[in-house]
Amino acid sequence: MTARVVIVGNGMAGARLAAELHAREGDRKVTVLGAEPHRAYNRIMLSTLLAGRIDEPDVELTEAAGHGIDLRSGVAVTAVDRAAREVRTADGERIAYDHLVLATGARAVVPPLPGLDPADLPGRVVPFRTLDDCRRILTVARGARAAIVLGGGLLGLEAARGLATRGLATTVVHPTNHLMERQLDPAAGAVLAGTLAGLGVTIQLGVPATGVVADDTGVRLDLADGRSLRADLLVLSCGVRPDTALAQAAGLTVRRGVVVDDRLRTSDRSVSALGDCAEHDGTITGLVAPAWAQARVLADVLTGTDPLARYRPRPVVTRLKAAGIDLAAMGDAANGGPGEELTFTDPARGTYARLRIRDERLTGAILLGDNPAIGTVIQLFDRGHPVPADRRALLLGRTLGGAVAAPSASPALMPDAAVVCQCNTVTKGALVRCWRLGARTVDAVVAGTRAGTGCGGCRDAVGGIVDWLSEAESVEVTR
Amino acid sequence: MTDGAWPATGSGHTPREVATHCPYCALQCGMTLREDDTGVTVLPRQFPTNRGGLCQKGWTAAELLDHPERLTTPLVRDPTSGELRPATWDTALDRVAAGVRAIQDSSGRDAVAVFGGGGLTNEKAYALGKFARIALRTRNIDYNGRFCMSSAAAAGMRAFGVDRGLPFPLADLGRADTLLLVGANPAETMPPLVRWLTEQRRGGGKLIVVDPRVTATARQADLHLQPLPGTDLAVANALLHIALTEGWVDQAYVAERTTGFDAVRRSVAAWWPARAEQLSGVPVADLEATARALGTGGRVIILTARGAEQHAKGVDTVSAYVNLALALGLPGRPGSGYGCLTGQGNGQGGREHGQKADQLPGYRKIDDPVAREHVAGVWGVPADELPGPGVPAYQLLDSLGTADGPRALLVFGSNPVVSAPRAARIEGRLRDLDLLVVADLLLSETAALADVVLPTAQWAEEDGTMTNLEGRVLRRRALRPPPPGVRTDLSILADLAARLGDAETAAARFPTDPATVFAELRRASAGGAADYAGITWDRIDAADGVHWPCPSEDGPDTPRLFADRFATPDGRARFHPVDHRPAAEEVCATYPLHFTTGRVLAQYQSGTQTRRVPALRRAAAEAFVELHPDLAARLGIDDGDPVRVTSRRGELRAPARLSTGIRPDTVFAPFHWPGVGRANSVTNDAVDPISGMPEFKICAVRVEKA
Repeated sequence: MTARVVIVGNGMAGARLAAELHAREGDRKVTVLGAEPHRAYNRIMLSTLLAGRIDEPDVELTEAAGHGIDLRSGVAVTAVDRAAREVRTADGERIAYDHLVLATGARAVVPPLPGLDPADLPGRVVPFRTLDDCRRILTVARGARAAIVLGGGLLGLEAARGLATRGLATTVVHPTNHLMERQLDPAAGAVLAGTLAGLGVTIQLGVPATGVVADDTGVRLDLADGRSLRADLLVLSCGVRPDTALAQAAGLTVRRGVVVDDRLRTSDRSVSALGDCAEHDGTITGLVAPAWAQARVLADVLTGTDPLARYRPRPVVTRLKAAGIDLAAMGDAANGGPGEELTFTDPARGTYARLRIRDERLTGAILLGDNPAIGTVIQLFDRGHPVPADRRALLLGRTLGGAVAAPSASPALMPDAAVVCQCNTVTKGALVRCWRLGARTVDAVVAGTRAGTGCGGCRDAVGGIVDWLSEAESVEVTR
Repeated sequence: MTDGAWPATGSGHTPREVATHCPYCALQCGMTLREDDTGVTVLPRQFPTNRGGLCQKGWTAAELLDHPERLTTPLVRDPTSGELRPATWDTALDRVAAGVRAIQDSSGRDAVAVFGGGGLTNEKAYALGKFARIALRTRNIDYNGRFCMSSAAAAGMRAFGVDRGLPFPLADLGRADTLLLVGANPAETMPPLVRWLTEQRRGGGKLIVVDPRVTATARQADLHLQPLPGTDLAVANALLHIALTEGWVDQAYVAERTTGFDAVRRSVAAWWPARAEQLSGVPVADLEATARALGTGGRVIILTARGAEQHAKGVDTVSAYVNLALALGLPGRPGSGYGCLTGQGNGQGGREHGQKADQLPGYRKIDDPVAREHVAGVWGVPADELPGPGVPAYQLLDSLGTADGPRALLVFGSNPVVSAPRAARIEGRLRDLDLLVVADLLLSETAALADVVLPTAQWAEEDGTMTNLEGRVLRRRALRPPPPGVRTDLSILADLAARLGDAETAAARFPTDPATVFAELRRASAGGAADYAGITWDRIDAADGVHWPCPSEDGPDTPRLFADRFATPDGRARFHPVDHRPAAEEVCATYPLHFTTGRVLAQYQSGTQTRRVPALRRAAAEAFVELHPDLAARLGIDDGDPVRVTSRRGELRAPARLSTGIRPDTVFAPFHWPGVGRANSVTNDAVDPISGMPEFKICAVRVEKA
């Protein structure tokens, strides 16, 4: 269909689109231009890299290569000439396209604080967004003893956990009164703060920062309550902003992000956008799952595999999983509203669960700590399937829902029809009959009934029944 | 004795007691058959696989020997009445030979096809492949093993260069610190194997089971992962992702013994645990616990079975678990490794000696000129006379009676009317044939459609060898000759070959004595991957079986593979990057539920035999549909209600069986029954692009009260 596709950006969205195009039939030339001088990598794994558990090659992703894919990393695009249908690179090269895809992602927000110049950050102050950021953090962290993370959202907490794992005394400074306030309610935020404290992360809540003073020896963060915190490293995790500079300069419609329709088309039908730079139906997702769903749709449309494919946002699940932390948040659980509500709280063990149900469907959930049903809850929310009749299954998992009738502890209470030996379909009644016919030992009962000769798992149960019969018979005799 | 069909076994008389093996599954439990005035009795026997255990199928195996429904005369379909009528052997064989000749004369050699089975002895499987290639000279031969472990076979071949179900003895299971069973339910499919699992757990080992249902096996596990059907591959990739991030990958092993890891490392980087959790429903914490048990255990074994393999992505799914095993450095490490639990009695041997469309004996490739030359030499024919590769089972069955497909089919030891996917369609294809010939001991549902039915000997009436799930070649021994009117498969092949060609040549090429056939099989397999050259019946008798490869009579056999090298040209195992893909048919508004199939303890395969054993019929009388009480309540279904399960391909009707052990988004039915309760009326015929394995384990259905 479309002969020359140029993708600007080789991040999670751009690289995925290249792979999706690569997997589809057809003759086309795809050029991927990545500004970062690296192979495609998994941004989600950067906090693991920060924690020192893996090395850089471990975050690399499979790159689509060959078969018409031209992948060029370290090439920054400086302008789009829509009239000429070409992009210009920092090296002055012009690359023509039939269809252009913007996958320029987002940039870390540098908060407007005295002492922070976004164009010239002090060496000990680093945002946490890219692999290069990660490298810089690790360079400063080497030899550092204390770190401050500004921002208690998902990424900030992951960074804090990673730094704490490296042995740094780590403090999270968060302006509002509870952590991850966009996803969590105050109670869950409090449990999470407790969990983090147990992992060696100090939390400062409800205190906006007012300024930064940094030099070669350290960094000082001034707080609104008059205190100052000192550390060797300040990590900025204050959100991201879609990178729309190219689109804006090219005259495409841009609000917070590059505005796209259900086909991921911008205001120019020859230009699409996806991932963190795109704004669909007023929403910028900032997450991988929607970006990859967009990549699928866009590849279907561009290649003609499914020209009618449309992007339909699915409800988002926020998941924080690091050693010692297990958190999932989705939907409207933090906000309340109509419908049923289920809650379970065990702050001493760091467990919290709050689920909202409406019309037999989950509309939201916050799960923190040890929630055995977490996989079920996520799937029910994601797929919109009806919830279990016994709601406790959502809190306790299959330990409740999957309970299977165990062989009764007391043989006397076991019905005659109960199958004791599954392998040979031997019932309790058959064992009793065998006994009544004169078998008086386990071996004799086994020989007479074949119970226990398959997997052997019921030998103890057969023994228990023989014991019970021995006692019952003697009781009968003495009576 | 029996119109000349009873082969000389070397024993010279009918023994009253023989040490043999169970006729059913690949565990091949050792048993003793004793015959006296009251009939034939089965006694369990100490053997390294079953250690004296037997399940109900084994205990009752002899009940078919004198079963009233046993076929004891050939049947030929009467052209006027359309009914099967008893006929003499000459009439029946002449009818087959004339039909084959007429069809081959008018439509070419490939117009006659052969369909074999994983229950046939090595000798019969070998003879059947030879018969197809040099008597019929058709390329169209395949067998029901495609429906069994072909995905694991293909994944094993591409990773290790060889496919032996377990590359180590079963006893290793009992000593494993961590044992991961993926889509395996041995507590119902091969109960005596569970003795090893019990031993493993008594010794402090950890058992982890991956299964969408709380099976009898899952109930014994320390940890049970209950993924949505069709997501096993993603689970494996997430496990490897975790192993990487936790530093549990055996880097030295990866560097020294494997190739291709970088590509796999990058592909699993995209499978962070939370992503697999959302897809599969398996909590991240459980994935982490599993990865930890695998990554930090000493002796670690990963086994897959049909649950992971019977998918249109079965090969890739197995490869994902092989990748995991290789990354952890398991294959070839003493007490550790990856293996597949083969299903059918001779599922292993049956896939080694030439009834597979693309294979020649010794696990050779039929398109390999060297292999062709070698085998043609043993068979005494020019190599260029051997046909090329045929097509896999489902493709073959689905082409029967079509414009370009075969017009005749000879079936040995299989019942595809019940066991093939999308069975109603296959039943129609079989009906479209000009000639269907079925050799069986009972009138199976497939035999009932045949133009000619040839009654064959049972397991207790023939000698031969079987190769069990450990690659252990063992002896099947005859207790007594077949009843009058019944011939062995080897005799039938010889009789047909004589009618189709020069009688003297045929007699030389198709001996009816299994020992003679085995001697030839040894020569044909010599130098191949599955090398039997050094295996003799005496050696098997002396040593509780012999593990292939065994190239020389005075050299050792190979209980454990891969100690020093893999069977690849450079000796290194190969990683293959694999990615999750959706099932061939996902749920939708019209068909909102996942349907999966499997087995029950008291029945075996298509049930032709076990459904006729009274005790087994009592234990498992009829098909059923297992569903979760929540789902049943929404559908207004009570336990025992008749329900209808409908897919795009057909429907199944059976009573509901409510169980909290199944996911509410999934329903299950066993596949052993024909007629309205036939689960395979519903299953999807999408196949794996590499192995040809159909997608028995997942399709989309709707369920309602019937």
